[in-house]
Amino acid sequence: MTATVAKPLAAVDAHTPAARVRKRLTSRWASLIAIVIALLWTTPTFGLFLSSFRPEDQIKQTGWWTFFADPQLTLENYQSVLFGTSSSSGQMASFLINSLVITIPSVLFPVALATFAAYALSWLDFRGRDWIYIGIFALQVVPLQMALVPLLSFFSQGVEIFGLTVLPAWELEGPARFVQVWFAHACFALPLGVFLLHNFMSELPGSLIEAARVDGATHGMILRKIVLPLVAPALASFGIFQFLWVWNDLLVALIFAGGTPDSAPMTVRLAQMAGTRGNEWQRLTAGAFVSIVIPLVVFLSMQRYFVRGLLAGGIKG
Amino acid sequence: MDLNFDFAAESPKLVQLLIGVVVFLAFVGLMLLLLDRAPMRQRARLHAFILLGPALLLLGIGLVIPGIRTTILSFMSGDSANFVGFENYSWMFTQPEALTVLRNTLIWVLLVPLLVTAIGLVYAVVVDNTRFEALAKSLVFLPMAISFVGAGIIWRFVYAYRPEEADQIGLLNQIVVFFGGTPQQWLLEPPVNTLFLIIVMVWIQAGFATVVLSAAIKGIPSEIVEAARLDGANPIQMFFRVTIPAIRPAVIVVLVTQSIGTLKLFDIVRTMTGGQFDTSVIANEMYNQAFRYGETGKGAALAVFLFVLVIPIVVYQVRTLRQHRGA
Repeated sequence: MTATVAKPLAAVDAHTPAARVRKRLTSRWASLIAIVIALLWTTPTFGLFLSSFRPEDQIKQTGWWTFFADPQLTLENYQSVLFGTSSSSGQMASFLINSLVITIPSVLFPVALATFAAYALSWLDFRGRDWIYIGIFALQVVPLQMALVPLLSFFSQGVEIFGLTVLPAWELEGPARFVQVWFAHACFALPLGVFLLHNFMSELPGSLIEAARVDGATHGMILRKIVLPLVAPALASFGIFQFLWVWNDLLVALIFAGGTPDSAPMTVRLAQMAGTRGNEWQRLTAGAFVSIVIPLVVFLSMQRYFVRGLLAGGIKG
Repeated sequence: MDLNFDFAAESPKLVQLLIGVVVFLAFVGLMLLLLDRAPMRQRARLHAFILLGPALLLLGIGLVIPGIRTTILSFMSGDSANFVGFENYSWMFTQPEALTVLRNTLIWVLLVPLLVTAIGLVYAVVVDNTRFEALAKSLVFLPMAISFVGAGIIWRFVYAYRPEEADQIGLLNQIVVFFGGTPQQWLLEPPVNTLFLIIVMVWIQAGFATVVLSAAIKGIPSEIVEAARLDGANPIQMFFRVTIPAIRPAVIVVLVTQSIGTLKLFDIVRTMTGGQFDTSVIANEMYNQAFRYGETGKGAALAVFLFVLVIPIVVYQVRTLRQHRGA
């Protein structure tokens, strides 16, 4: 009722000349601000993208905006940065494979383990449940930096208590080194994962779970048949968070994957190239774009779930 | 150019991937099997143990025990052999190079959350209910998908420097030259170089603020907006008297999240300057001390300090959570 009354009144108000002028002026300012921000936010990426297709001597001698006066395109930068095998070229194909090998398990493991934990914390009745939940929740903001040195020594030296070896060193070489990267990422992802999934799971109607239990379903069946399908959007949103986090991570990779083509991901390689060959723009631009494309595609196709996760309070240490 | 990239040499990695995934799936299968075998009772301690056990084990090995050990290491010497008391902490608060790091971190933590929130808020308001809203928000949101390393390279290219007589290849210097200025090496001159790094972080994070705040703005009850409009509020008044008070909780979420993220910032500084030219921040210095200079004690002390800085935020969040649960 109020809406139907208010609408015509507002319309009358907008029709007085002063109001109309004022409205047009403010909306013009608003559009200007919007356009300026949108331009500032897209131009840098566009410049990099365009440059990655320009011949080497042009990138180094002229700005990318001169492209429009003298358009020349080449795929050579991508060829050399991806498939060149000399150590000065990118060897990016190797690092791209490493990124994939690191990311897939680093997403899968914590999603599965966090689902189990969140189910127990939402729907099982046991002593200390709330305290465990609050503990995991609080771990969300423990900086990774707190864990790095001891976790690395856990992998490289094992565990010793009073001179007694409890666990030997993992001594992972070659491709087996990926295991410690997966392990580290899985540990660091769990607090956020349990928190997000618990948020969604505890909102499910209790009568649904109760009914299944009365019918004699085990917790395994309830989890698989009832809870999982209902929380699938939450799994997607945690999954995409974790995917972007792992794919874009530099710190964990530097410490646990090392810096060689054997196991380091693309971010590590790009950081190396930016440091030592900071002016090899033909490789940096193409390399950076290769690393950006995959998360961008995933992001655009799953933006809905990502936003939902953000709004549910997803933060990550 | 040598282009004979050897795909066969990459196959052990894929085998490793396959082994990892298969072993994990087998483990999950075993968990579910045990879960189905455990008898159903009202008190579900056994089930809880099976479901929570793996996660708690990982959290213990990966976060809790290392956190405690790092705290202990922060009181030890660089090689972790001798107890040195508060020496590492007094280094952090007295030595000029460490003080620069703390000062930079303070600048970051003050500026980034404020700028991100302000820009995100203004943008969310000006694109609200326009024809291009979805597209406009996507454009600003996209940098969220780009790694800090990638963003660092994008912006190093914007800041690129060429001597005055040559053509500029960096956009910023081109603009400066266009208006008759002389090109600058933006990342070399402290203290302004820190500001140029901060711009990169703001550029990445503004989309986050836009999305969260935009959702909050859409949640403002239309009666309030309508009432204010009837009372003759102009857009500026609307913004400060209606919009901002109504979305205060969302603004606080953005500020808190950004503060935590900024405190731990590492990648941008490392990619763009490597922490040279007085641009280092706590997280970057921690990495350098612990993993490059072998000064584990100093690195650990920096990490502990980082943790101390975020504790008030944890307390605040746990309190709101308990209120929420109690309500």
